Amino acid sequence: MKEIMKSLFCILFGFTAITSLCAQDIVIGEFASLTGSEATFGINSSNGVELAKQEINNAGGVLGRKIKTVIEDDQSKPGQPSSAVKKLIASDKAIAIVGEIASSRSLEAAPICQEAKIPMVSPGSTNPRVTEVGDYIFRVCFIDPFQGTVMAKFALDNLKAKKVAILTDVRNDYSVGLTKYFKEYFTSHGGQVAVERSFSGGGTDKDFRAQLTSIKAAQPDAIFVPGYYTEAGLIAKQARSLGIKVPLMGGDGWDSPKLSEIGGSAMDGCFFSTHFSPQDTNPKVQDFVKKYREKFNAMPDGMAPLGYDAMMILADCIKTAGTTDAAKVREALTNVKDYEGVTGKITIDNKRNANKSAVVLKVNGRQNDYVATIAP
Amino acid sequence: MSGTEFSQQVINGLSLGAFYALIALGYTMVYGVLRFINFAHGDVFMLGAFSGYYLTPRIMPHFQNAMAPVGVAIVLLGTMCICAIIGMTIERLAYRPLRKQPKLTVLITAIGVSLFLEYGGQFVFGPDPKSFPQQFDPEHPVPLVVDRALENTGALTITTTQVAAFAVTIFLLLALTFIVKKTRLGRAMRAVSNNATAAQLMGVNIDTVISFTFGLGSALAGAAGILYSLSYPSIDPLMGLLPGVKAFVAAVLGGIGNIPGAAVGGIVLGIVETFVGGSQFSTYRDAIAFALLILILLFRPSGLFGRAQVEKV
Repeated sequence: MKEIMKSLFCILFGFTAITSLCAQDIVIGEFASLTGSEATFGINSSNGVELAKQEINNAGGVLGRKIKTVIEDDQSKPGQPSSAVKKLIASDKAIAIVGEIASSRSLEAAPICQEAKIPMVSPGSTNPRVTEVGDYIFRVCFIDPFQGTVMAKFALDNLKAKKVAILTDVRNDYSVGLTKYFKEYFTSHGGQVAVERSFSGGGTDKDFRAQLTSIKAAQPDAIFVPGYYTEAGLIAKQARSLGIKVPLMGGDGWDSPKLSEIGGSAMDGCFFSTHFSPQDTNPKVQDFVKKYREKFNAMPDGMAPLGYDAMMILADCIKTAGTTDAAKVREALTNVKDYEGVTGKITIDNKRNANKSAVVLKVNGRQNDYVATIAP
Repeated sequence: MSGTEFSQQVINGLSLGAFYALIALGYTMVYGVLRFINFAHGDVFMLGAFSGYYLTPRIMPHFQNAMAPVGVAIVLLGTMCICAIIGMTIERLAYRPLRKQPKLTVLITAIGVSLFLEYGGQFVFGPDPKSFPQQFDPEHPVPLVVDRALENTGALTITTTQVAAFAVTIFLLLALTFIVKKTRLGRAMRAVSNNATAAQLMGVNIDTVISFTFGLGSALAGAAGILYSLSYPSIDPLMGLLPGVKAFVAAVLGGIGNIPGAAVGGIVLGIVETFVGGSQFSTYRDAIAFALLILILLFRPSGLFGRAQVEKV
């Protein structure tokens, strides 16, 4: 018995020695909403991450090592991101974290990454509070003060709207933030907010007729609905059935193929701001669209290139840092300047946010037509 | 608030309330017979929605234009049958073996069944929201009912699905009252509700009666699932959770165990929610709606229509 134990011990010890001698993979943790009410956010952004990882590894990896991603599904639910990130850091030994699209869920994971001093790069959380958590939290997308301004500017200049109504998802930090910045710009530039109503998103409310009836009575020129795609589709449908004909406007939370699937023709002629348009003729974008379609057999929405850019920038920074040491990678992230990403030229500012332009798209059946690019 | 806005909100409230009422009917009937709250009821409602989702594209293409109502009836009845079978199976497998156990045991089992259906549903149907067959949906080109506004009412709008929901609710309410009050099985149900042991001694087959009650309640949930998804065409395996809770509240409000009470409770809840939702307090919609219900229950503890029962010791 003793002999067996001894030899077992030797084998085990030898095995660990060998694996530690070989070049280990660089582990990047990712948490995303692969299931639940915002499932397309997580699926498409992690498709982008996957595509980037594959390209990096095919080109020889980083620092002579391959990149390995470990993905945790947070089910689009509060409470899940913190346990997912704790697991990624403690048991998978991730040296950096990529995630999430939804600001509420990024805000939940950020303090954990900050405390563990592990850099976290959010592909698509636009609420400003996300990177305010600490100096280890970054993002590769624009923030809501900018996005809210973009839509307010668009409503004033392109739609010539004087009077708007706002319908906010109060359970959603992203939605509440967008409403605030939209209102600030719109009212200070001669516009008027006729009526403001709210609802609970995340699959809680499905009937919006009460709010929409009082919005209809206020006769706005346009309605700003800064929520996610599941509710936006239902809201558009109910608005049209109540005889509201003015366009609805939203943010990047609408950017999902499910939007027009749920909303049907009610979504046509509505506008939203997002990070990228697959119709962009920039060769970098067209190259990405082609590769994405080959691999996933689907058109990328705005979340896919964000995941791609987040992974690419992270790999780039590990290369620049020359090590996987968290503090050095963080340092490299703060110095990203004029990086040519699929979602535009990315510069990380001193608040660890990306400075870049937004595009406005118009829903037209199953595709979204490019309308305008609005620079910061 | 103008007159038109007010009337429109009443229409909105009635149609929302009709859904709560329809789900509450099933809750209240099972409670009336068994003195037991079937927490899996909301999930049978979800299964009804999914059964409609899968039946519509298979049945509707065979019944076009003038024949469409026949197709709708087949989908609706088919779904009600499927849900009735599911409900009876749940009762046979999960609740019947525990009938002699304390009420709490069955209650906890019901919560277990509810979770099983929700997460089993996520596994079978996939967890992402699906779009219920409707117009302009290339994947399912033939909708069950075309949801469109009936414009001839001037400034007010009411949609075909709202009318359908209301009509079906009233029809099922009447049918249910008839079954309970006028048929042999209904009399047996009332007997079991009154005193199960005595009913058994009088030759009533309790197993059949209880099985029938579950089947009927689940069929109602199935019908509600279809009507609900026609109005709100985004369905997912967790969709039964909140309507289930609200319908339960509606049933308690109306006096649990009382059939017309459940319908009235549902309508009251729908109207209160709609008026709060349409005001500037829309953020607190559920909070205000439920606070009002607590108030009503403070003054009428056994619900609007419930009779106060003396607990015999």
